Amino acid sequence: MRVLIDTRLLPVLVVAVIVVVLPLFFPSAYYFRVGALVFIFALAVVGLNLLMGFAGQVSLGHAGFLGIGAYAVAIGPVHFGVPSWLCLFIGAIISGAVAFAVGRPILKLKGHYLAVATLGFGLLVAIVLTNEANWTGGPDGMNVPTLTLLGWRVHGSDAWYWIAGATFVVGFLLALNLKESPTGRALQAIHDSEIAARVLGIDVARKKLAVFTISAVYASVAGSYLALFNGLITPDAAGFLNSIELVAMVVLGGMGSIFGSLVGAAVLVVLPQMLTVFHEYEQALLGLIVMVFMIFLRKGIVPSLAGVLSGWRK
Amino acid sequence: MTILEAEGLSIGFGGVRAIDGVNISIAAGQVFSIIGPNGSGKTTLLNLVSGIYTPQDGAIRFSGESVTGFPPDRLARRGLSRTFQNLQIFSQMTVLQNVMVGRHRHERTGILADLVHWPSVARQNKTTRDAARASLARVGLVDAADRPAGSLDYGALKRLEIARALASEPKLLLLDEPAAGCNPVETQDIDQVIRSLVKDGITVVLVEHDMRLVMNISDRVHVLARGKTLAEGTPQQVRANAEVIEAYLGVHGSQEAAHARA
Amino acid sequence: MAELLQFVFSGLTVGAIYALVALGFTLIYNASDIINFAQGEFVMLGGMTTVFAALAGVPLPLAALIAVAVTTGVGLALHRFAIEPARGASSVVLIMITIGASVFLRGVAQIVFDKRFHSLPPLFGNEPFRWGGAAILPQSLVVLAGAAVIVVLLWLFIERTLLGKAVIATAANRLAARLIGVNTRRIIEFSFAVSAAIGAVAGILITPIALTSYDVGTLLALKGFAAAMLGGIGSPLGAVVGGLVIGMIEALSAGYISSSYKDAAAFLIILVVLVAMPQGLFGRVKVERV
Repeated sequence: MRVLIDTRLLPVLVVAVIVVVLPLFFPSAYYFRVGALVFIFALAVVGLNLLMGFAGQVSLGHAGFLGIGAYAVAIGPVHFGVPSWLCLFIGAIISGAVAFAVGRPILKLKGHYLAVATLGFGLLVAIVLTNEANWTGGPDGMNVPTLTLLGWRVHGSDAWYWIAGATFVVGFLLALNLKESPTGRALQAIHDSEIAARVLGIDVARKKLAVFTISAVYASVAGSYLALFNGLITPDAAGFLNSIELVAMVVLGGMGSIFGSLVGAAVLVVLPQMLTVFHEYEQALLGLIVMVFMIFLRKGIVPSLAGVLSGWRK
Repeated sequence: MTILEAEGLSIGFGGVRAIDGVNISIAAGQVFSIIGPNGSGKTTLLNLVSGIYTPQDGAIRFSGESVTGFPPDRLARRGLSRTFQNLQIFSQMTVLQNVMVGRHRHERTGILADLVHWPSVARQNKTTRDAARASLARVGLVDAADRPAGSLDYGALKRLEIARALASEPKLLLLDEPAAGCNPVETQDIDQVIRSLVKDGITVVLVEHDMRLVMNISDRVHVLARGKTLAEGTPQQVRANAEVIEAYLGVHGSQEAAHARA
Repeated sequence: MAELLQFVFSGLTVGAIYALVALGFTLIYNASDIINFAQGEFVMLGGMTTVFAALAGVPLPLAALIAVAVTTGVGLALHRFAIEPARGASSVVLIMITIGASVFLRGVAQIVFDKRFHSLPPLFGNEPFRWGGAAILPQSLVVLAGAAVIVVLLWLFIERTLLGKAVIATAANRLAARLIGVNTRRIIEFSFAVSAAIGAVAGILITPIALTSYDVGTLLALKGFAAAMLGGIGSPLGAVVGGLVIGMIEALSAGYISSSYKDAAAFLIILVVLVAMPQGLFGRVKVERV
């Protein structure tokens, strides 16, 4: 008799359960806010993980796409009167298009060249957002009008907790689907040996571009949510530090581990909330985390734990 | 039927002519071996034919159609596959997954379908898995299917690469030193595998140093020296060729080659 | 005409700094195939350490010396504690390590120093002198002269000393160098130390003109890397030429097009180089052996 639930989908179920059950433990509304932020960042991290963990391509400018999505839901309603929910889609499309355009030349690059090119891209987005003050409000940023869905004003930490949580579950599912599919295998192959992948008929350039575009869309949606949730957006959202924070989340949770994306995001969102002095030490700590994990714990938390557990089982 | 021909193939790196005006013509269903001293350009020739290098001069035709300058993935889609001298295994994936990647050009789902996991994707995964297992069976690696590829020993990894290349159902398979670093038992296994490929109508191009294997299995042998063709013919002809003996086989080597049939 | 001359001069000045950063990249890359993203932080540390030492009452020349020594120490520590343990790792991992190091150094600088902009007194006063109608700061000439001296010294060292030969050998073929007795680990360590020192000197020279703060490193690294790429990664001559060219393009685009987008010039150059001539002006095309 076949199992009712595909075991492949088990991790998604676990995550969905976490999302639903967690609020039972929340002592106050403040925790909804933290939870929402965790799921928002985790969404962006899943996308970045597809790029870095699966396909093995470094991106140091991913916050740029976050910024595009974030400003789309600010500029659209404020300057063009377009409803926020539509701007979310438009932002995602713009991010995807930008990723497609920028990705074509720069994904031909390997290793450090690609890293620098993505770094430059992120910085460029931040520069544009800072300079075009007429549209973006300049370095101080701009207010983001509240999202209205069918007459209902979406605001408040609990509303966004559920929206972000649900979206994360969907994003998680899509990524998991990708992993167990011809495209996913092709991406992992590209990661391990591009030349062998090509020899087997994989159009490496096209696959890299596809995953780059997908990861940009993930980041864009996350950015839009962030802006709508906070009601305010500044160019820092697209800045270098944010890009590094995303990378640190990937590295921490485990490159290539989709579940690890949640762990990485959780740690780096919750930690600053717990240590109020964190803000001072944030950069130093981020840098330290990336270094230490890359030197000693290359697989990241989740795969390392999984390795330890399966070692016990034997 | 000629499955592959190349005329006037040339390429140089930084002033060194690695391959200089080489012509080859390979008939379908043969085992065609390329031999020569180290540095004679064997792997370079293979890289030219498999699209990894673009020739600076010359033309290549595959099944009668011009493929000069085609990149590896385009050639793969026409039925050309290869293995690598220094092993390009997907070490983070399992043995089975490695071979499943080999099925890529026969897989029919697109990226959006993959994201959403239509039923067609689940079906595709199953078909691919089954075909990959069959490929593994041909090289005797089915039992290792779920092990991480990096955990196999050297000889097994060489066979894995062959299984992976096989999975793409090539018409022409280029093997780059498949027996390098293998002990006599492993080399025998490779010999058997190649014979079974030929029986299925696959044309095999072999770059090898192991003279026993080459002389035993080849229909034609092409000798390279310093980027140029030195000789070509049947194994017996090449073995007896004085120039080849002097440049490559040496007296001992030609004796070893003579003993291959013994 | 006077305006053009002005831009050219400021372009050459800042370009000299980019050239030194690029040179630092090149040194380390040649010895070890690693791109050290923390290169920009060496420049930052040179300037900031001098500033704070001076603020603590140390006479300026000594403060500068201390800054160079400290930065060199940081370079050595970076190699010993971050790069060495990860020897043999894939380039993705090494990139991330040096990026982590760069962010870490920024973060530490933020805590140890502060977040404000700082300056240093110029070597020959603030009074610009006129040449062809352009106003040129004496410090500009100091920067150019200093950079030139460093380049010449480096060249002499590489060409004329045994240790220099060892560096070239390591750059050409690390395994072969080891086989002939070169201690490649020491050479790589040495390259980090020299890169750090060069970066520190560059930072000290440019601070009177461009100011310094804890986060100047990132953009500097980006531009220095763009310069190294433009010149052809691995070519010291290319690094210098690339740096000057980028400085000039930046100054000219700031002057004639838009000053708020001058930082974008470097990024656009990277894109163009990568698409049109990935090996740069003086670089060799690398062939992947399979």
